[in-house]
Amino acid sequence: MSSVSNPPSIVRRTPRWLPLLGRSANPGDAVFRSVSRLFALLILVLVLAMAAQMAFAAEESFKEFGWGFITSQKWDPVGQRYGALPFIFGTVVSSLLALLLAVPVALGIAIYLSELAPLWLRKPIGFLVELLAAVPSVVYGLWGVFVLAPLMATTVEPALRSTLGFLPLFSGPNQGFGMLSGGVILAIMILPTISSVSREVLQAVPANLREGAIALGATRWEVVRVGVLPYARPGLVGAVILGLGRALGETMAITMLIGNRPEISASLFAPSYTMASVLANEFAEASQDLHLAALAEISLLLFAVTLLLNIVARLLVWQVSRGEAKGAR
Amino acid sequence: MSTRAAPLLEASDSSYKLRKAKDRLIRGLCVAFTLLALVPLFSVLYYLTARGIGGVNLAFFTELPRPVGETGGGMANSIVGSAQLVGLACLFGIPPGLLAGIYLAESGKGGLAKVIRFTADVLAGVPSITVGVFVYSLLVLTLGRFSMLAGAVALAVLMVPTVTRTTEELMRLVPEQLREAGLGLGLPRWRVTLKITLRTALPGIATGIMLAVARVAGETAPLLFTAFSNRFWNDGIDQPVSSLPVQIYTYAVSPFEDWHQQAWAAAFVLVVFILILNITARLLVRHRVKGR
Amino acid sequence: MCARALFWIAALVVSLVGCRGVDPDGSVGGVVNLNGAGATFPFPLYSKWTFEYYRQHPTVKINYQSIGSGGGIRQLLAETVDFGATDAPMTADERRKAPRTIHHIPATLGAVAVAYNLPSVPTLRLSSETLSAIYLGEITSWNDPRIAEVNPGIALPEQGITVVYRSDGSGTTAVFSDYLAKVSPRWKEQVGAGKSLRWPKGLGAKGNEGVSGQVKTTAGAIGYLELAYVHTAKLQVVALKNRSGEFITPSVKAVTAAASGVKLPESLTTSITDSASPGAYPIASYSYLLVYEDHPKSAKAAALASFLLWSLRDGQRFAEKLHYAPLPEEVVTQVEARVKQLTTGGKPALP
Repeated sequence: MSSVSNPPSIVRRTPRWLPLLGRSANPGDAVFRSVSRLFALLILVLVLAMAAQMAFAAEESFKEFGWGFITSQKWDPVGQRYGALPFIFGTVVSSLLALLLAVPVALGIAIYLSELAPLWLRKPIGFLVELLAAVPSVVYGLWGVFVLAPLMATTVEPALRSTLGFLPLFSGPNQGFGMLSGGVILAIMILPTISSVSREVLQAVPANLREGAIALGATRWEVVRVGVLPYARPGLVGAVILGLGRALGETMAITMLIGNRPEISASLFAPSYTMASVLANEFAEASQDLHLAALAEISLLLFAVTLLLNIVARLLVWQVSRGEAKGAR
Repeated sequence: MSTRAAPLLEASDSSYKLRKAKDRLIRGLCVAFTLLALVPLFSVLYYLTARGIGGVNLAFFTELPRPVGETGGGMANSIVGSAQLVGLACLFGIPPGLLAGIYLAESGKGGLAKVIRFTADVLAGVPSITVGVFVYSLLVLTLGRFSMLAGAVALAVLMVPTVTRTTEELMRLVPEQLREAGLGLGLPRWRVTLKITLRTALPGIATGIMLAVARVAGETAPLLFTAFSNRFWNDGIDQPVSSLPVQIYTYAVSPFEDWHQQAWAAAFVLVVFILILNITARLLVRHRVKGR
Repeated sequence: MCARALFWIAALVVSLVGCRGVDPDGSVGGVVNLNGAGATFPFPLYSKWTFEYYRQHPTVKINYQSIGSGGGIRQLLAETVDFGATDAPMTADERRKAPRTIHHIPATLGAVAVAYNLPSVPTLRLSSETLSAIYLGEITSWNDPRIAEVNPGIALPEQGITVVYRSDGSGTTAVFSDYLAKVSPRWKEQVGAGKSLRWPKGLGAKGNEGVSGQVKTTAGAIGYLELAYVHTAKLQVVALKNRSGEFITPSVKAVTAAASGVKLPESLTTSITDSASPGAYPIASYSYLLVYEDHPKSAKAAALASFLLWSLRDGQRFAEKLHYAPLPEEVVTQVEARVKQLTTGGKPALP
C-alpha cells in the first residue's frame, strides 16, 4: 500500500495523434495489453493442445474398440483387448466413498468454524485443517502404506466384517489394500478442500439472515439450519464438487493403497484400480502401440470428466453469485 | 456469542428443552468432527517425526544414495534436484501466470476473458498425472530424453492457473479509486496497472504464489515420466534429475528397511519445507491485514 | 519490485541449474551420463555395479532406474534412454519397431522365487500343479488338501490365500508365466505368458519392490519375485518341485544348475525355466541388458561398451553375494565378442 503514497513525479500529457493507433490512448497500453492477452491465450492453447494431443494418441484405441472401450471390463495386455470399465468403476466408487466419508465431517467443521466455535479458536483450527491440504500426496501414500493399511487389515476391516459382514460390501479377505483404504485416504485428502470452501461460503451468507432467525428465538443450530444453510446450499454443493474433482484426479496416494487390480468387485475390501493409477503404473511401460493408445484414451476420459465437473461447478457458482446479488444488495 | 439467542419462550417449555438438546447434540457433533479431522493430521505428523527424524543427519543432506543392501548414504541429489525443479518451474510458470491474471483483471470483461477464466479453472482441475503424460509427449519424446526441463515444464503448467486466478482475484480487490487517481494524474493505463494496482495486490499474490510453490514441491505424478529420476547428481537441464517426492515413492514401495527409513526421513524434510512455506505465506497475509 | 523479484529468482535458478554445454560426442564437461531403464529383477546388482563403476571411473555416471522390463524396452525404442534391461527377450513385434538393430547382452542369471507369508509355517513345498492352481484361483485356502498332500506333517492354517502379482509390465512376470505355461496347459490356454497378463485373481503391486512389500505386509499372501529381494526383505520362500521330482529352494547353486548345459544361440537369448538338469531350480532366467548396435554419440558408445565389458568380467564377482548366479565362462566369452562389435557411426565403439 505504501506505493500509493508516493505517486510518480513526472506526469506526461498524451499526444493528440495517439488514439489513431487503436482503442488505447497510449502505445504502451497497446503493447502491454497484447502481451498480457498473449499469455492469457497461452492458457487456452495449453488446454486445447493437451486435449488434442491425447485425442491424437488415443485414435488407434478408439478405432479398435469404439464406445465398447468404456463398457468392456477386460484389460488384457497379452490378448491386446482393452476396456476401461474397471478403472472408471474404481475411480467413481473410490471418489464417492471419499465424499461419503468426508462431506459430513467437512461440513461439520465448516459449520463449527463459521458459526459455533469461540472466536479465538476459529483461526488456529482453520489453519490446522488447511495444513491437511498441504501434506503432499506421496506422503499420505507413505503413511497409508505403513500406518493406515495395517490398521485397516488388523482392526477396521475385521470389525466391519463381524458387524456388517452379511453385506457383500464387507466380505472377502481383508488385506488392507483395497477400495476401502483408497476411499479413506482420499477422504482425508479432500476434507480440507471441502471444509475450507464451505467455510468461505457460509461466511459469505449475509448477517441479516442470521439476525432474523435469532430475533425469532432460534437456537444456534436452528439459525444455521433455517437461516444459513438454505442460502448457502448451491455454494456448498460447489465445494463438494471441487472435492470430487480432487478425488478423481488424485494419483499417488491411491495408487499406493488401492491394490491395483482391474476388477469390479462388490466388496470394499477387494483391490481395485483407478484411471489415474493405471496411468502412473503403465504409461511409461506399455510397449505395444495399442496398449499405449488405450492408456491415452483413459487419460482423455479423465480429462473429459474434469471438464464436465468444472462446467457443473461453474453453473452452481454462477447461481450462488446471482443469489448473492439479489439477497445482499 | 453463543449465548446471544434470547429465548422468547419459557425455559420450562418441553419443546424448548428438546430444541436446546438438539442444539447441544449438533454442536457436540461438530466438535467431534473437527477433532476427528485432526486425527490423521496429527498421526501423519507424529509418524513423520518419529520415523523420519532418526534418518535426518549430515549424510542425508550431503551424500548420494547407496546401492541396495548398503546402509548409509543420503539424498543430497534429490534435495538439490527438487530445488532446481521448483525454481525452474517458478521461472516458467510465474510470469505467464501473472500476465494472464493481469489481463483477466484489467481488461477482461468480454467473451474471450470468460473463456480463458474457464480454461484456467479447467487447467487447475486437470489431474497432475495427465499433465505428466502431456509433457512426456511434448518434450521427452521430441528431445529424446527425460530431463529436468521436462519436469520443470510439467510443474509450471500446474502452477500457471493458480497464479493466474490469484492474481486476477487480488487485483480486482484493489479499490477503483486508486486506479482513477493514477489515471487522473495522466499516467498511461499500463503503468497504473503495474505500478499501482499490481503493487497494491502484490503481497496477496505473493502468498498465492508461495502456496502454489508449496503444492508443486510435493508433486510426484507429473515427474514420473518427465524429470524421471537419477542416482547421481544432475549434470544439466537436459538430463534426468532426482527429486524428493519421486524418491519417497520409489523408496516407500521398496522392500528394504533402510530405504523405508530414508523415505520417512525424506518425507519429514519435504513436509517441514512445505509447512514453512505455508506458514510464511499465512503470516504474510496476517501482516498485510494488520497493516491496514 | 515484481520484476526485481523475478530477476532474483532467475539468477538463483541459473546458478542452481548451471549452464554447461553438451559436447557433440554426448559428454558434458568431460563427464559421460548414461541413462538406462528397465527390469527390476536385477536392480540390486545393477545399482551395485553403477555405484562401483562410478567409484572406479568418476567420469562415467550410469543412472539406472528400475521401471520394469516393459518400460525398459519402450523407452529404448523411443530412444529416451541409452540402454534398456529386460528379463524376457524382446518379442518379434517389439523388434520390428526398433529403428536400428538391438542386441541382448546377458548380464546375469537369477531365479524367480515364490514367497509366502505364513508365520506358523516355516517351510512350504509346492508342486507346479498346485502353484498354477493357486494363481488360477482354484485353490483359495492354505489348508487345501492339494497343498497338504505335498507337505506331509505340516499344520497348514485355515487362512485365505492372497495372490500377489506385478501390476506393471515385467520381465519377472514373463519368466514366471513362461514357467507356468510350460507346466500347466490350462494356464497356457487361459492366461498365457507375457510381461503383462490378465490375472484371474489377486492383488497387483508395482515392481519387485512392490510385490515384496505387499507379501511382507499381508498375512496369507503369496507372490513371485526375484530371489535377491526375498533375502533383502527376509521373506519366507517356497521349495518348488522340479522336473526331476526334487523340491528345490531357489539358490545361486540351483540357478547355475538350471543354466548348465544350455547353449546360447546366436541371438544370445534362451529360456531356462523348467530345466531338466538335476538340482535345477525350475524358475530361473537370464537377465539381459539391451543396447543398440550403433550408438550415434561416440563418447557414450565408448563408455557403454567399456561398462559392459567391465560388468562381464569384474562385475560378475558381485553377483553371488546379491544372490545372482555369475554367468558361465563360455557365455562370458561369447557375449564379450558381441560387445566388441558395437559401433558408433559405423566405427568400432571401443578404442
